[in-house]
Amino acid sequence: MNMDCLPDPEQLVAALLAQLVPALSLDAKLVGIHSGGAWLAERLAAELPGQHELGSIDVSFYRDDFSRVGLHPQIKKTHLPFEIEGAELLLVDDVLFTGRSVRAALNELFDYGRPASVQLAVLIDRGGRELPIEAQFVGARLTVPRDQSVVLARAATGHLSLGLQPRQERADA
Amino acid sequence: MRIEIHSGRVIDSASDLDASKTLYIAAGKVVGLGEAPEGWHANRRIDASGLVVCPGFIDLAARLREPGFEYKATLESEMRAAIAGGVTSLVCPPDTEPPLDEPGLVEMLKHRARLLNQAHVYPLGALTQGLAGESLAEMGELAEAGCIGFSQADAPLIDTQVLWRALQYAATFGHTVWLRPQEAHLARGGVAHDGEVATRLGLAAIPVTAETVAVTVIIALMRETGARVHLCRISARESLDLVRQAKSDGLALTCDVGAHHLHLSDKDIGYFNTHCHFVPPLRGTEDRDALRSALCDGTIDVVCSDHTPVDDDAKLLPFAESEAGATGLELLLPLTLKWALEEKLGIGAAVRALTVQPARVLGLEAGVLGVGRPADVCIFDPEHHWKVEPRQLRSQGKNTPFLGLEVPGKVRYTLVSGQVVFEA
Amino acid sequence: MRNPQLNAQGELQHLLTIEGLPAAIIRQILDTAEPFVSIAEREVKKVPLLRGKSIFNLFFENSTRTRTTFEIAAKRLSADVINLNVGASSTAKGETLLDTVNNLSAMLADMFVVRHAQSGAAHLIAQHVAPHIHVINAGDGRHAHPTQGLLDMFTIRHYKGDFTRLVVAIVGDVLHSRVARSQIHALTTLGVPELRVIAPKTLLPTAVERLGVRVFHDLAQGLRGADVVIMLRLQSERMRGALLPSAQEYFKHYGLTPERLEVANPDVIVMHPGPMNRGVEIDSAVADGSHSVILPQVTFGIAVRMAVMAILAGN
Repeated sequence: MNMDCLPDPEQLVAALLAQLVPALSLDAKLVGIHSGGAWLAERLAAELPGQHELGSIDVSFYRDDFSRVGLHPQIKKTHLPFEIEGAELLLVDDVLFTGRSVRAALNELFDYGRPASVQLAVLIDRGGRELPIEAQFVGARLTVPRDQSVVLARAATGHLSLGLQPRQERADA
Repeated sequence: MRIEIHSGRVIDSASDLDASKTLYIAAGKVVGLGEAPEGWHANRRIDASGLVVCPGFIDLAARLREPGFEYKATLESEMRAAIAGGVTSLVCPPDTEPPLDEPGLVEMLKHRARLLNQAHVYPLGALTQGLAGESLAEMGELAEAGCIGFSQADAPLIDTQVLWRALQYAATFGHTVWLRPQEAHLARGGVAHDGEVATRLGLAAIPVTAETVAVTVIIALMRETGARVHLCRISARESLDLVRQAKSDGLALTCDVGAHHLHLSDKDIGYFNTHCHFVPPLRGTEDRDALRSALCDGTIDVVCSDHTPVDDDAKLLPFAESEAGATGLELLLPLTLKWALEEKLGIGAAVRALTVQPARVLGLEAGVLGVGRPADVCIFDPEHHWKVEPRQLRSQGKNTPFLGLEVPGKVRYTLVSGQVVFEA
Repeated sequence: MRNPQLNAQGELQHLLTIEGLPAAIIRQILDTAEPFVSIAEREVKKVPLLRGKSIFNLFFENSTRTRTTFEIAAKRLSADVINLNVGASSTAKGETLLDTVNNLSAMLADMFVVRHAQSGAAHLIAQHVAPHIHVINAGDGRHAHPTQGLLDMFTIRHYKGDFTRLVVAIVGDVLHSRVARSQIHALTTLGVPELRVIAPKTLLPTAVERLGVRVFHDLAQGLRGADVVIMLRLQSERMRGALLPSAQEYFKHYGLTPERLEVANPDVIVMHPGPMNRGVEIDSAVADGSHSVILPQVTFGIAVRMAVMAILAGN
């Protein structure tokens, strides 16, 4: 763990909000990717002006590394308590890296219906993309060694913090 | 051929001999034991240091699969297996195709066996025509052709009146009837011992009562008819009390156990191991332990191989559809030795159970190493442990639950009628 | 002896029986099934997890119902499903079970779902398939029907939560039932403290109590205080032999009616693996009544089978 060089996520949330407030429509629906993205979406929904319905998505069934690493041992339910068909969606994740999680999330969303639009907000963009995917809203851009993962944690108080971990195949995307 | 076997430990149960002696063989017979006959010179001297020299073994049940089942095994392959196992005399049950219910078939079998010049073959004739359990086979004719007794093998004899008549008729002429006690209705459809294992695996069960009811009926009919009966393959503890009682009442009753049943129980079926599919079924561990003790105390007279070579295809099936039985001729000595050593009885007990005891059941002057007797001899190394592997078995059947396991006792030489027919 | 359904890492390689399965693996299957339940409520009832995998439904014994649930499960995982009713065709031509399996392995199968009338058939196949192929036992003789056992556990957990306080009663033909055996192993592994079987002696296998059950012959006594009642199907051929005199007499002694259910706990759930014989083992008033969870069992069955397939394909 190396906490020193990482930014404070609370500041990044503020930076994201500053970008989202002028750009996002007042009834856009927020979909967080498990688990860090879901926490973040919760925070954003609470602090953004307007009425933002909140959903969460677990992309385990849509991952492209299943045949190499098998099924994730703990899968959360995807919970989208609103119509996807025709909705304006903001997909939220903690860290954008290869782009594979976002690809999986998009595929899953489309199995629920055809949204009018999907935008992407991330706390951290660490580069290293393997797919043509970019976020419209980024809290910060960071350079992290390829063998490390940036991990968002949430305390019981709701306080968010960032850490580094050795990269595991299953955990990274 | 004049053969001298020296430096070996000679065990002859009939004369209670267990000592280092030299055995002298000439013209097919034993001509000296300890002392050389006058003017002796040997063509061949066999050094038996560290080895046991004993009468050749007598196996009361070995299926040679001829005629009819040559794809499973042939007379040639199984006779080779017999001598490789130290077996110099064997009894074959009549469940060939066609069954041994005609003198011609028996004569042909005996003739073919004689040509091979290996172990002596003693066929059992069919008790009923075609083993169908309806009308009696020609016991007189079959006995003349060489049958030493009459049997249904594993074929059911459902009609107890036929059994009664068969015992009456056999008793009239002094034939021994060999019966595997199993009440066919109670055993119907069953493939495993009626206990926890069959319950867990969902296998149709054969209750112990299938055996005890049959033993009870047979003993009652023996009392009534005076017939001499040999019970084949006792499997259940409860049968042993019935046998003890009948024997102490003086009935002419003998019985045997299959060598596998001394070591295995239904638990060994594990996850549907078809090598542990036997007829009668492997029963519980209490049964197995009781069988072991009963062989010690003489309630069970003989241990036999119940040699049943089965082709691989017939074992690569779901348990209930697989063919029962195991190859046994080459494992008879190891499994009997294993029993005797584990029961702390010594090698002599194993030799007794394989020689003089079966000879008594057969009423044959075999299983003995006496001067003037036929020189059927087995020389084995009791200390040699070997791993059971398919390529080591001469039998065409490689089916045994002991595959991959170590067993004690390796046959080094087998002599039949004074000729060395096997050496390793 | 190594459990033949686990690989060297202790993960599930095949699903052959619940007996000997660690509780952690059972829970993993049930947990994984949870998110699959909701897939049926979506616009596209499918996830791409097993795309490109071939699953062969090998039914040596006919069962359209069970085969269909496996087929739906596999299709919802985007696998290619090939249905083979091998019951009559190949065995009649003298082909052995393993011949059939070897032929299909050559067609690049990834998974076999096997139903066979003989106990141990799935084990036999699992022992002889190539190492990359997974085998799911969809019922072998009287031995095991593990996915049914697991979906029943899923159902019980869904309605009751904790297994360690439950009184569970299984009623009927345990002797011939692979379902009952799988349920018994699952329930004892998950820590059910009071597991009962209720049947006449002719329908109970020897030493069944050694599997960890209490034996009752009287329905009223056995149902007293039960939280879960599982009715077993009584096949009509059982009436032909000497096991039972008649369906009417069986219903009189062991048929589940609303009145008989009154001695159970007020919030008892009633389960049945299907297909039901109404008026033989269960009264319609119970089957369709408020305690019945028989239809949810079917829904959960698809999710549980999806979970098993997904876990196996990933190991």
